[in-house]
Amino acid sequence: MVSGNIMVLAEHTGKQVSEGSYELLGKARELAAALGCQAEVALFGPRDLAAQLGGADVVVSVDHPALSEYLPEAYEQALMAVLADRNPRLILMSNATVGLDLGAALSVRWQAPLAAYVTSLTAEPAAVVATAQILGGKVLAEVELGGERGIATVVGGAFPAAAGQGDGSCAVVEFAAPAGLEALRMSLQQVLEPQEGDVDITAADVLVSVGRGIDGRDNLEVVQELADALGVPLSASRPVVDAGWLPKSRQVGKSGLKVKPKAYLMFGISGAPEHLEGMRSAELIIACNTDAGAPIFDVAHYGTTVDLFDLIPALAERVKH
Amino acid sequence: MPVRIVVPVKAVPDLVEEIELTPDETDIDREFLKFVLNEWDAQALEEALLVKDATGAEVVVVGLHEDPDIDQALYTAIAKGADSAVKISGGEGSTRTSDRAAVFAGYLSAEPADLVLTGVQAADDLDGQLPPMLAAHLGLPHVSVVVGVQANGNAVTIRQEFAGGRSHELEVSLPAVVGVQAARQAPRYAPISRIRQAMQAGGLREVDASPGTTGPSLTVRRMYRPEAAGHAEMLTGNADEVAAKIADLLRGRGLMKG
Ligand SMILES: Cc1cc2nc3c(=O)[nH]c(=O)nc-3n(C[C@H](O)[C@H](O)[C@H](O)COP(=O)(O)OP(=O)(O)OC[C@H]3O[C@@H](n4cnc5c(N)ncnc54)[C@H](O)[C@@H]3O)c2cc1C
Ligand SMILES: Nc1ncnc2c1ncn2[C@@H]1O[C@H](COP(=O)(O)O)[C@@H](O)[C@H]1O
Repeated sequence: MVSGNIMVLAEHTGKQVSEGSYELLGKARELAAALGCQAEVALFGPRDLAAQLGGADVVVSVDHPALSEYLPEAYEQALMAVLADRNPRLILMSNATVGLDLGAALSVRWQAPLAAYVTSLTAEPAAVVATAQILGGKVLAEVELGGERGIATVVGGAFPAAAGQGDGSCAVVEFAAPAGLEALRMSLQQVLEPQEGDVDITAADVLVSVGRGIDGRDNLEVVQELADALGVPLSASRPVVDAGWLPKSRQVGKSGLKVKPKAYLMFGISGAPEHLEGMRSAELIIACNTDAGAPIFDVAHYGTTVDLFDLIPALAERVKH
Repeated sequence: MPVRIVVPVKAVPDLVEEIELTPDETDIDREFLKFVLNEWDAQALEEALLVKDATGAEVVVVGLHEDPDIDQALYTAIAKGADSAVKISGGEGSTRTSDRAAVFAGYLSAEPADLVLTGVQAADDLDGQLPPMLAAHLGLPHVSVVVGVQANGNAVTIRQEFAGGRSHELEVSLPAVVGVQAARQAPRYAPISRIRQAMQAGGLREVDASPGTTGPSLTVRRMYRPEAAGHAEMLTGNADEVAAKIADLLRGRGLMKG
């Protein structure tokens, strides 16, 4: 049976459905209305979370201990079983860990084309059209998901969450857990909560943020001097943290912290979608990047292509005197 | 038997370059671009080498014949400590992840790995990421967005990252495919002399793989550069002049003393 519905894979912490799931559900409702079908949610784990999904027409619930937290193999098995039964025309997932992990596997196993890094979706009579970011946001691709089934993994923040937060009540379809969940090749050992840092960058009015353009741990000194002169903390893009130059608690972005300071001064950061997810709502964004074509200049309020090694000391001087 | 780790790698356009599109504007024009190793593949290789350092695992780096400058990347990997490198032909030069996954899967069916470590994503991915696709072809378990891989006998202990710094520690039995987000330490440096030595020694093994079947693919209508809808106001002048303008912006908002 082809249901032809728009399905959303819900993400949650066990207690709370994620903001991103509402973003997807809002879009699913809009697409379903345009296409004359329903918006349904695949909910794995605690069934009572269906109460938070009033925005959906149908919630397909698979409740099993192996699904209480995200576990790739368990989720994949459950999803394959649900898809075989429900046959949606399109499934939406976050382009975060779950989508990065499941989406591409599904495209092979469910035999459906996948559009990843999606920032927009529109319904046309013959296809759903997706816009996807490639090359760190330097190029956009408009692609068709035109067949009987398709998958889109959507970048966080692309759609408003409010449109998915309806308070109606939805039909809950209880779906039996597939037998494979009893014989998994992986297991969850423990859930690790983030370590608290020495400073809380989410509380700062101003942040001086530094990226790979800083080109070495020793060069951090000049940026630290500027931050000290301003009396504000240093934050960073992911590569700076991965290199061990600053602690994880200073990382801004998708897998770091979301910040909304009054001013975000950024040096040597290109503006990859994963970084933008963490800072694009800052009130004032000033970006320094020698590449005039860096995507950050489409987001920043002010920009300069002056070399950071020239600009930072000059700015520190200005601040001190 | 030491664990055999295979690290599939990809050459991607250097993002600092000006990106041009093909005349029909449905793809990136790769002809004049500079290519570099996908940064997440560099992380996967580092993690593989760390596992080798700890357990004596064998590390095999594999690239596709048609990738630009792939020899350089493979020899660099050998110079860093990989045991061997393989260049696979048999694909049709497609840059789509789904096609590439089928070629790598063809190779891995013939020469199986205990553990496949590869980058979580590549900058020019459009139709998804390699690690889960590869696993699906091979019927193996997969975990992506991973930091830190500890091999213990027939299993690995890994950490899968989520938003906000949360993560899960998982135990996965081998064989398995892991998409690496970041290695435990910054990728090691290979001195140019060692890379040159590896090149002179030659020794890239060329393998012809018969690709597995690929899935349905996407139709690209067009590619374009994002409109400069909200472009930053550019501050011009020398460093001192720009610094003065930034200081004024901050002062004007009461964000700077003095
Ligand atoms: C699942 C996942 C989660 C991720 N989470 C995050 C996250 O939370 N946060 C995050 O930041 N990234 C994250 N990333 C990584 C992200 O994709 C990018 O790789 C990263 O943001 C790039 O950091 P960057 O801008 O510092 O480096 P690059 O993209 O390398 O940019 C460096 C920039 O510096 C400029 N530059 C170089 N020299 C100078 C100079 N002398 N003066 C001025 N400018 C100069 C260059 O022109 C370039 O634009 C994640 C990736 C994945 C796959
Ligand atoms: N000595 C070296 N160490 C590391 N990477 C190198 C080296 N020489 C060349 N490369 C290559 O340089 C490219 C960019 O690497 P990176 O500087 O780490 O971003 C990759 O294709 C590497 O394989």
